[in-house]
Amino acid sequence: MCENSSKITVLEKYPDKTKSLNEFLNSLPLGADIKSNRGFLISCLHKAQSIFGYLPDEVQLLIAERLRLTLSDVYGVISFYSFFTTQPPGRNKINVCLGTACFVKGADKIFAEFEKQIGIKDGATSKDMKYSLSSIRCVGACSLAPVVTVNDKVYAKMTPLRVREILKECE
Amino acid sequence: MINSFEDFTEYSASVKEKSLNKPEINILVSLGTCGIAAGTLPVQEEFISQIKERELSSKVELTDVGCMGICYCEPSIELINRKTGKSIIYGNVKRDDVSLILDCLTEKDVKGVDVIKKSWYYPETEDATAGLLQAKIALRNTGRINPEILEEYIFNSGYQALAKVLSSMTPKSIIQEVLQSGLRGRGGGGFPTGKKWDFAAAQKNETKFVICNADEGDPGAFMDRAVLEGDPHSVLEAMAIAGFAIGSHKGFIYIRAEYPLAIKRLQIAIKQSTEFGLLGKNIMGFGFDFEIELRYGAGAFVCGEETALIHSIEGLRGMPTTRPPFPAVAGLWEKPTIVNNVETFANVCAIIRKGAQWYKSIGTETSAGTKVFALAGKINKVGLIEVPMGTNLRDIIYDVGGGIFDGKEFKAVQTGGPSGGCITKDYLDTPIDYETLKSLGSMMGSGGMIVMDEDDCMVNVAKFFLDFTVDESCGKCTPCRIGGKHMYAILDKITKGRASDKDLETLRELCQTVKSSSLCGLGMTCPNPVLSTMKYFENEYREHVADKKCKAHKCPDLITYLIDIGKCIGCSVCAKKCPVQCISGKLKEPHKIDQSKCIKCGECFMACKFAAISRN
Repeated sequence: MCENSSKITVLEKYPDKTKSLNEFLNSLPLGADIKSNRGFLISCLHKAQSIFGYLPDEVQLLIAERLRLTLSDVYGVISFYSFFTTQPPGRNKINVCLGTACFVKGADKIFAEFEKQIGIKDGATSKDMKYSLSSIRCVGACSLAPVVTVNDKVYAKMTPLRVREILKECE
Repeated sequence: MINSFEDFTEYSASVKEKSLNKPEINILVSLGTCGIAAGTLPVQEEFISQIKERELSSKVELTDVGCMGICYCEPSIELINRKTGKSIIYGNVKRDDVSLILDCLTEKDVKGVDVIKKSWYYPETEDATAGLLQAKIALRNTGRINPEILEEYIFNSGYQALAKVLSSMTPKSIIQEVLQSGLRGRGGGGFPTGKKWDFAAAQKNETKFVICNADEGDPGAFMDRAVLEGDPHSVLEAMAIAGFAIGSHKGFIYIRAEYPLAIKRLQIAIKQSTEFGLLGKNIMGFGFDFEIELRYGAGAFVCGEETALIHSIEGLRGMPTTRPPFPAVAGLWEKPTIVNNVETFANVCAIIRKGAQWYKSIGTETSAGTKVFALAGKINKVGLIEVPMGTNLRDIIYDVGGGIFDGKEFKAVQTGGPSGGCITKDYLDTPIDYETLKSLGSMMGSGGMIVMDEDDCMVNVAKFFLDFTVDESCGKCTPCRIGGKHMYAILDKITKGRASDKDLETLRELCQTVKSSSLCGLGMTCPNPVLSTMKYFENEYREHVADKKCKAHKCPDLITYLIDIGKCIGCSVCAKKCPVQCISGKLKEPHKIDQSKCIKCGECFMACKFAAISRN
């Protein structure tokens, strides 16, 4: 990850973000007991992702060092949980609910339409960083099915025809 | 700060007294996640500004509450007259309705505003009312109190159960009470809660843990979220009771990161209770310590399994481990641990207050009490309901649920999510409890209930659930990791019209193998959606395999849309509706569909007013 030492790392590029992550890490009762430290790992990753938007290598390494874990420990956890991402997200985060209630009301077609129109697959980000597309499992608004959320704004009772309209709104 | 039992009694009394001086009219505004998504916030704003404008604040109080359960008519509000005790519910409330409601301000119908019939009662404080199918115990405060105000919880008998156990019960007698009540795990397994507590209590260890499982990953189930958003204190109180019963001083709530509002309300509730001395050190001066911390999930369905959940709290990959040892013996950090679901905890305080016999009198012999179901899918009244165990499916679907959407025919109801199965109309009169659902090849699960109509293809539904479990399999044991993938591959073949009879046989065999040899609940139950649809809808599978047909027109590879040249007048409506522009033709001349580009969305079929498009 550090093959080019002259390259500015994410941590250096965003000193404010790094500072708030460090402040969070400092507030934890971390010690020599690795087992106890490990109990805070998922909370740390949540915090870091909320600060940086994703979990770049340097951030993973910083957390590993502070918790006295190995990078593989940290990466193993990140790759297990679908909530964590190591790729920077697009400016518009489009989530299509594929829970059962949305599914029986045709959410799969809506999802396919987004994939087609943006030209990316599930979990990917478009090259221009404009969109990230994810299928998610139940936002619990089953009465509004099928549901799509864009940057936390909820679109209820979606149809494939409204996909274009939503993408336009994101412009 | 409450330092003694006397302090608590005094405080409870003062809350009751204070309530006498509250405004006569109380308007409850439903502000759960679904309510907010449906647009309740502008309605709330309108109420606030009009109440101010009309100087009504001495007469009208506005209370933000959690989900009332009537999701189908959000935004919804309930107007209660505190003096008469009467109330009325308005549904589908729009901004413009606010002034009409404030003009009237009685529990009477307002012209032009939808009035919703209340279909539930509260068994803890009310007698069963004829005709009301729903009985709210776990949801007793959800949608009735402001979850961010401790006083409102106290007013509704809050923390009285904790006061009762600390002042007059022994750990043994608490466990006995829970055991006798017949309460079983509401997360799906149905294990007797009292027994779980008893095992943990019997362990000699200074450190023990109480975990609340709020990792509600079952797609289509949202009862835990509703309770945590609408009544977080009831879970905290029950956890403290469990802690006292088993000898634990530390609790964790493992909650999905996808539930930001529930997390926020829990944080507020924990802070309030700790500051008041209802949690933390020396609770109510009885010398009992119990603190609660939140831990977040990160999007792994398998973490709903208790051993996987424990590993996730430990900061590991959330993979299940073999039992024994059971968590009650060696759980979190190898210490005795109980893991109970949110809804299970939500029942505990009511049981302690009203007694085991009262609770046992509700429900069936083997399954006491009530169950919350998230009713969704092709049904008119989508919502969160709570009914006594033993209520039959017909009553739930046609009475509480208001029947099938759009007047279509009922086909099946899916219970238990990815671990459950489908139940057909032949079994609509079955009284549902843990045992009957199991005997039908489904299971209680966490309580998702998805209704399907004639337009749903059961093979496709089975494939949908398999897609989910394949995605969520942790990969630790072979049957689930590889078996699931192969089951999915065969289902995919069937929906694409490429399967043979041999494939059906293989699929059935594979289901049995995965079911009998997987390590945890996820693997053991993931064949259920396939097995139950194969059992009840064998014909449908055969049609896909032998005739290459999908009667429900849900499997795209088995559908072709064609324009009948004789009927097409060339209005071009279909071409305009087509999202992929695969319909061409000159105006007033018959159009044509380019089959190579068609995504089989059916938009043209629905748009054509001349029945010129056929679907085969």
